[in-house]
Amino acid sequence: MATSPLFIHLDQMFIILRDWLVGFLPAALRPAAGVVLGVIAIVCVFPGLFALTTVFERKGLGRIQNRLGPNRVGPYGLFQPIADGIKSLTKEDIVPLSANAVVHFFAPLVLVVTVFMGFAVLPMGRNMVLVDMDAGLLFFFAMGAATELSVFMAGWSSRNKYSLLGAMRAVAQMISYEVVLLLSSVAVVMITGSLSLPKIVAAQNTYTGIFPHWYIFTPWGLAGFVMYAIAATAETNRSPFDLPEGESELVAGYHTEYSGFKFALFFLGEYLAMFSISGLGTTLFLGGWSAPFSFLTFIPSWIWFFSKVMLSIFVFIWMRGTLPRLRQDQLMNFAWKFCLPFTLLDLIVTALWRFMGEGWLRWVVSTAILAAAYVVMGRAGMRSEHFGPRRYRYAE
Amino acid sequence: MNVVFYLLAALTIGGGLAAVLLKHLVHCALATTVAFAGLAMLFLQLDAQFAGFAQILVYIGAVAILIVFAILLTRGSELPKDGVFSRSWFVGLAIAAGVFAVLAWAVLQSVRAVPQQMAVPAVSVRDIGNALVGRYVLPLEIVALLLTAATIGAVIVAMHEKERPKS
Amino acid sequence: MTTPLAGYLLVAALLFAIGLAGALVRRNAILVLIGIELMLNAANLNLIAFWRFGPHPEALTGMMFAIFSIAVAAAEAAVGLGLVISIYRHTNTTELDKINRMKG
Repeated sequence: MATSPLFIHLDQMFIILRDWLVGFLPAALRPAAGVVLGVIAIVCVFPGLFALTTVFERKGLGRIQNRLGPNRVGPYGLFQPIADGIKSLTKEDIVPLSANAVVHFFAPLVLVVTVFMGFAVLPMGRNMVLVDMDAGLLFFFAMGAATELSVFMAGWSSRNKYSLLGAMRAVAQMISYEVVLLLSSVAVVMITGSLSLPKIVAAQNTYTGIFPHWYIFTPWGLAGFVMYAIAATAETNRSPFDLPEGESELVAGYHTEYSGFKFALFFLGEYLAMFSISGLGTTLFLGGWSAPFSFLTFIPSWIWFFSKVMLSIFVFIWMRGTLPRLRQDQLMNFAWKFCLPFTLLDLIVTALWRFMGEGWLRWVVSTAILAAAYVVMGRAGMRSEHFGPRRYRYAE
Repeated sequence: MNVVFYLLAALTIGGGLAAVLLKHLVHCALATTVAFAGLAMLFLQLDAQFAGFAQILVYIGAVAILIVFAILLTRGSELPKDGVFSRSWFVGLAIAAGVFAVLAWAVLQSVRAVPQQMAVPAVSVRDIGNALVGRYVLPLEIVALLLTAATIGAVIVAMHEKERPKS
Repeated sequence: MTTPLAGYLLVAALLFAIGLAGALVRRNAILVLIGIELMLNAANLNLIAFWRFGPHPEALTGMMFAIFSIAVAAAEAAVGLGLVISIYRHTNTTELDKINRMKG
């Protein structure tokens, strides 16, 4: 059934549409026009998803906190993003007098441009990747690294000590967790043998019986995915790592002095970063666009990709509503003293897995090493925190 | 040649010029980042994709942020009283102009000796990986040692000194 | 600029000269480091240009050299900036004209 013409048409719907539209042009312009159509599709779809996610986040957080979210604008509050959009576009754009005008202007632009570039290498369905680069994963991480600079530009150009503090904290946090993010993806690259994202998805698209060969269902893949998820939450400055922009700490951190459309751009950039990092996480560990069971492959591949991304966003929102915020030194300790050694150990376990050959022995050995390391490092970390009776220090 | 090369070259050279001529240090650091980005795009135009993305990841993602942190930690926002250029600036400018003149003369002299147009080399990341653990394994290990030494050294050099007990 | 290679080499030479001028002309220690980074980048551009237009690009010599150069430059920037911060803590200035004595 998976190869019937109806399935192929549904699955490749967007590719067929694009080819039909591009067929009207002379042959020399066709590749460029195809790419332009893909870009237009990405620029329309993901901000649309962003609008939907803002409503889900506010209603989800509201329900977790035992209250209703916004429910005035439209049925169940679903038209709230339209109201938010109109508000941001019509608000006065205030730039502080002593701010550095050029840098202040370019910071949100740099953020949004680099985050949009990251979407170019994500395979959103079968044959549905905008650019199939040989070093696609490296390109994605390069764009993520360029995002950090825009955060600093925003914080410094506002000439505001809270913005600068927030920006420094955000940049320190992003650099630390970037190392964990990259190393946890290297394990996937080691097993697949390629940096190209469509090939990584194709390597996970096989089934034994009804179960898929996703990397999350292996011991090293599960450990890698957990590290990746922690690092992704810290990279996008989401709770529980949102000290740089915590409302109760730093006013609004590095985007304190931005109002109106520029603030909307920062907001858009943050959520798009969440989408793109979730997209990469599903591509690397959750099998990208492949179906979870072999009898479900008749459902189009792009539906699976977007479902997995929205599931990751749901987990982000859930963590924001449930977990308390980490302090800056706790955050940095966690990155350098727990996450990084654990990720390096995960690399070694991945290599062991690869060279041990098929069979039950490699499952047992890998799981044992990773579980033992987790318990030992966790206990060592907890012991150094001196959990004991509370000591008070009074001002003299 | 093509327009894209001229645009990228102008961006890079403009960034470099702004980096050495501007008064405010953070502006210089941001102009350096523009020069790095222009260079990364020039690498991409030369079909060296791995080098281009590594340039963005390492230089813009790490070195530029290092420079900015160092400026902020050393109060770079205050401009010195005597101006930002040293007193013997003319000598430095003359030396740099001399170096450029010699290099440009050497390049233009040997233009005829190089082939005009080469085919695009088909280099994949797999070839780079094979080269790194095959022919270039010794430099790889030495660079690993160097980076470890540099990390430890930078941390020790920049650490706060422990307070000596007053005896 | 009759060949593409000459164009890239001239851009690299110009960037090198600008970096050298910056390192020699400015007072602040951090700008000297920025000049050094510009010079290293110009050398990388030279390497990649010769790799692309030279004989045997499949031997990957130029690309490997450039990648190792990027790694070494990052390490050197880290140590250099650590030194500048340490000197600032000791002498409370980053102007090179004032750090020209061994005393103190």
